[in-house]
Amino acid sequence: MRGRYLPVAAFAGLIVAIQMATHFTGSGYHLTQLTMSAYYSLLAIGLCLLVGYAGQISLGHAGFFAIGGYITALLTTHDLSSRAGGASRWLAKAGILSFRIDLYGGELLTVHPWVACLVAVLATVGIAYAVGGPVLKLKGHYLAMATLGFGVIIYRIVLGTEFLGAADGISEVPPFAILPGLEVSGKAALRVPNYYLAWGLVIAGMVLLLNLIHSREGRALSSIHGAEDAAEAMGIPTARYKLSAFALSAAFAGLAGVLLTHYNGGIGPSEASVMKSVRYVAIVAIGGMANLWGTLLMSLLLNYLSLRGYFGTYDDAVFGAILILIMLFAPGGLLRRDLLEEVRDVFRGNGEKAS
Amino acid sequence: MRRKRGFICAIVALALLVGAGVQAADPIKVGAILSVTGPASFLGAPEAKTLEMLVEEQNKKGGVLGRKIELIVKDSGASPEKAFSFAKQLMEEDKVFAIIGPSTSGETMKIKGVAEVGKTILLSCAAAEVIVNPVAKYVFKTPQKDSDAVVKIFQQMKTMKISKIGVLSSNTGFGKAGEEQIMKLAPEHGITVLASEVYDKAASDLTAEVTKVKAAGVEAILNWSIEPAQAIVIKNARQIGFKGPIFQSHGFGNIKYVEAAGEAAEGVLFPAGRLLVADVLPNSNPQKALLVKYKKDYESRYKEEASTFGGHAYDAFLILVKAIEKAGKVDMDAVRATIEQLTGVVGTGGVFNFSTTDHNGLNIDAFEMLTVRKGKFVPLAN
Amino acid sequence: MNPDLFFQYVVAGITYGTIYAVVAIGFNIIYNATGIINFAQGEFVMLGGMTAVTLSRFLPLPVAILGAVAVTTVIGAVIDILFIRWLRGPSVLRMIIITIGVSILVREAALHVWGESVRALPYFTGTSVTSIKMGNVYISPQVLWVVGVSAVAVVALSAFFNYTMLGRQMRACAANRDAARLCGISAKNMVTLSFMLSAGIGAIGGAVVCPITYVQYDSGTPLAIKGFTVAILGGIGNSAAAVGAGMILGILESFSIWVLPAAYKEVISISLLLLILFIRPSGIFGSAEEARLKEF
Repeated sequence: MRGRYLPVAAFAGLIVAIQMATHFTGSGYHLTQLTMSAYYSLLAIGLCLLVGYAGQISLGHAGFFAIGGYITALLTTHDLSSRAGGASRWLAKAGILSFRIDLYGGELLTVHPWVACLVAVLATVGIAYAVGGPVLKLKGHYLAMATLGFGVIIYRIVLGTEFLGAADGISEVPPFAILPGLEVSGKAALRVPNYYLAWGLVIAGMVLLLNLIHSREGRALSSIHGAEDAAEAMGIPTARYKLSAFALSAAFAGLAGVLLTHYNGGIGPSEASVMKSVRYVAIVAIGGMANLWGTLLMSLLLNYLSLRGYFGTYDDAVFGAILILIMLFAPGGLLRRDLLEEVRDVFRGNGEKAS
Repeated sequence: MRRKRGFICAIVALALLVGAGVQAADPIKVGAILSVTGPASFLGAPEAKTLEMLVEEQNKKGGVLGRKIELIVKDSGASPEKAFSFAKQLMEEDKVFAIIGPSTSGETMKIKGVAEVGKTILLSCAAAEVIVNPVAKYVFKTPQKDSDAVVKIFQQMKTMKISKIGVLSSNTGFGKAGEEQIMKLAPEHGITVLASEVYDKAASDLTAEVTKVKAAGVEAILNWSIEPAQAIVIKNARQIGFKGPIFQSHGFGNIKYVEAAGEAAEGVLFPAGRLLVADVLPNSNPQKALLVKYKKDYESRYKEEASTFGGHAYDAFLILVKAIEKAGKVDMDAVRATIEQLTGVVGTGGVFNFSTTDHNGLNIDAFEMLTVRKGKFVPLAN
Repeated sequence: MNPDLFFQYVVAGITYGTIYAVVAIGFNIIYNATGIINFAQGEFVMLGGMTAVTLSRFLPLPVAILGAVAVTTVIGAVIDILFIRWLRGPSVLRMIIITIGVSILVREAALHVWGESVRALPYFTGTSVTSIKMGNVYISPQVLWVVGVSAVAVVALSAFFNYTMLGRQMRACAANRDAARLCGISAKNMVTLSFMLSAGIGAIGGAVVCPITYVQYDSGTPLAIKGFTVAILGGIGNSAAAVGAGMILGILESFSIWVLPAAYKEVISISLLLLILFIRPSGIFGSAEEARLKEF
């Protein structure tokens, strides 16, 4: 038990250390990209549960991220003040709707971010259950294609729908006041609290997932990955477990989408693109598939570097190259002790033990 | 496991150190967020090339007010989340004096608020009117207004006695903004839109779409897009025997689209800045000298035809330099206020006249109706 | 809808359908030989078009196209040798990810080699405005080229698989790899050959459709997605069925814009893909029993 939380504490220490380092070197601006990568990491660890532990590939997780982000963006920017009847006044009093002033001094009546967030995450999970039912009956290439197809459909819908802003996406999404004095927004003054909020959530997510994979359910998921038929024969309701893992990872993605949309103040169709989904899989792969910590650290590093533009015009190429190299030479991921031996094995020509 | 984590810490720490590195106060830093790769690379790539060329040229002349210009180009790949990240990075970390770009309207709208709140001059190379309407103090844009392009086309239609049209637009920010203006302005110009279709920017064949529009009995097709797919529309329309005139937006201003459409592009009508016809402009035209020089410089340096898109970045840079020179000091607020007072600035897109309420500075005269003859752009009037 | 309009839509559908079928056949060749789906198939089409355009600057058109097919075939072989050949019994998940990675790398390499601009070959016959008028229906001669060349390719392929030693060896490998190996057939070589064939077919398709669709560094991926849909619709591995499925999807798409905004055209094909996967993964022409025997 204690062994499980030691890395959590170490990671929390790392997060604090990074913030301290930026504070003392006067380079607090790094926290912006670090906060953004925290939200992408939230998605990545959820996907790690699905791909790494349950063994079900998803090439459509950017779709769930976009569903969460777009729903909250739509609800919190769609102005209802022109229809301010009795019902909306009542809703405003109940805290479901809220008034705010936009950049140009106009007053808007929109859904409160808390409500929007709740609706967005619930909708994401609902869609995941609806889609997951039939999709997870498929295996191998068919599963990959079905999830890819789901992602493409979401991308096409957000790109083709007028009230979702079509190609422009939705802008001017308000900050999300989680508690009085603590809001999710990209304002420079709120950089530090936002950083801790984002990584705090990631750590909470990690604790949840670590407990899950060490529980009865987690072992059941791993057994599905190993041999689904055998698991079924042992009396594990494989369909139900797979579906739950799918829905949970979608919930992580949806929540990440909601929060990053409020942080960035908007969302565009690029968040739903196939390339994004592939990047998330790449991160899980380089992290070592069934390795939550590996995924988390790689997500932190790669997203941070990508968001800072270190890869320049080679951004997508870097992720493509990573995918290939990892899958060819280290299908078990990078962050492992026995990696060196395996590389040696590959060159000796008997590297296939690893797959 | 623990050793690995130490390794990661080291990498992160190293990255932080590199980022926090030397910051010489001397040059004026100008950031640029452009879609050099990705779905809008046909905009971002020529924009980035143009800026590189101009900055080099300006620095050879001794810079601005005796200070060199340092250009920092960030490739956003047309992703708004990257544009946001880069805008924050350029403003908070690099402390740039101004940002040129982004290339697309969607990205610009995501960082409009960021620039406004962070009080950094943003000179967008994207076309949508929402960028400057409502006016944000620090946000400007250089491409001509969509509404002016639409009105210019409608005026031309009126002289040709066309009143029933079909509209095809692409599913991108450019297509969407144009389609909105067409629908809004058509009634007041006596134009009826009988059919309107949106097509995919990566479409491979659009026969079905043009067939539908043709079947609606239109006299002319107005095709609004900035992507290569617009050339497919022209071609397919001619293949299915559509004989009426085809109008295009100013997004047609790239000779590669004419080459791609081949014969079908003959006679296409579209409004555009004068860059495309620089060589045949009368010498009295105030833009001629500048346009010919830009075209020559760009084409000899990069071995490809100059397009109006690169011109948007040209104008953004030009306006910034003029404003700094006129303000006489490198001060954010002074320069911002000076841009609003700039009048008669001759750029590639037209003659800019800014004011506190007009952050675009161009009017309908920035456009010239062009057509295609023998695979070349020529002014319609000639 | 009057009959002219109806037939014009059908012609449009056949044009789309043929393009998709060519990509789907490429998928099938590799799938039959290896049991993997090559997510980089669309990239072969793009490479064929791009190389043909580049070569056509110095060479006459037919030679340029042949050259492009040759170059792409070699690239197909290189991809297999570098990324696939030396792996032993890799899992499906691993293969999916590797081919996705290859597709990204090829696309990005093309971006840095050819730049972002769009290219096109001239029309093989006539120009971009030439069309053959049948009643009130217009057909571009290039459409006939696409249909014709694709038909020849399908016939040639089936002749190759049925009547040549090499083709039979490949089929033997597809049917039962171990038994084929016992008969002295090099399964590895057959896989490399399948990559070459499929790259070659993709390149031919890419060069022939290039005057109609143009080609750009990123035009492969959308085609690949359509190609999957068609391959699965027809029953994966079955090339003749892929042609039929391509026509069905193409015609469905062209008629879809009659009822739906064209912006959602892509949603139709993907929804169809999902529907088929859920209801009848063996494809509309495939047999369900046969599909159950395949290994996934």
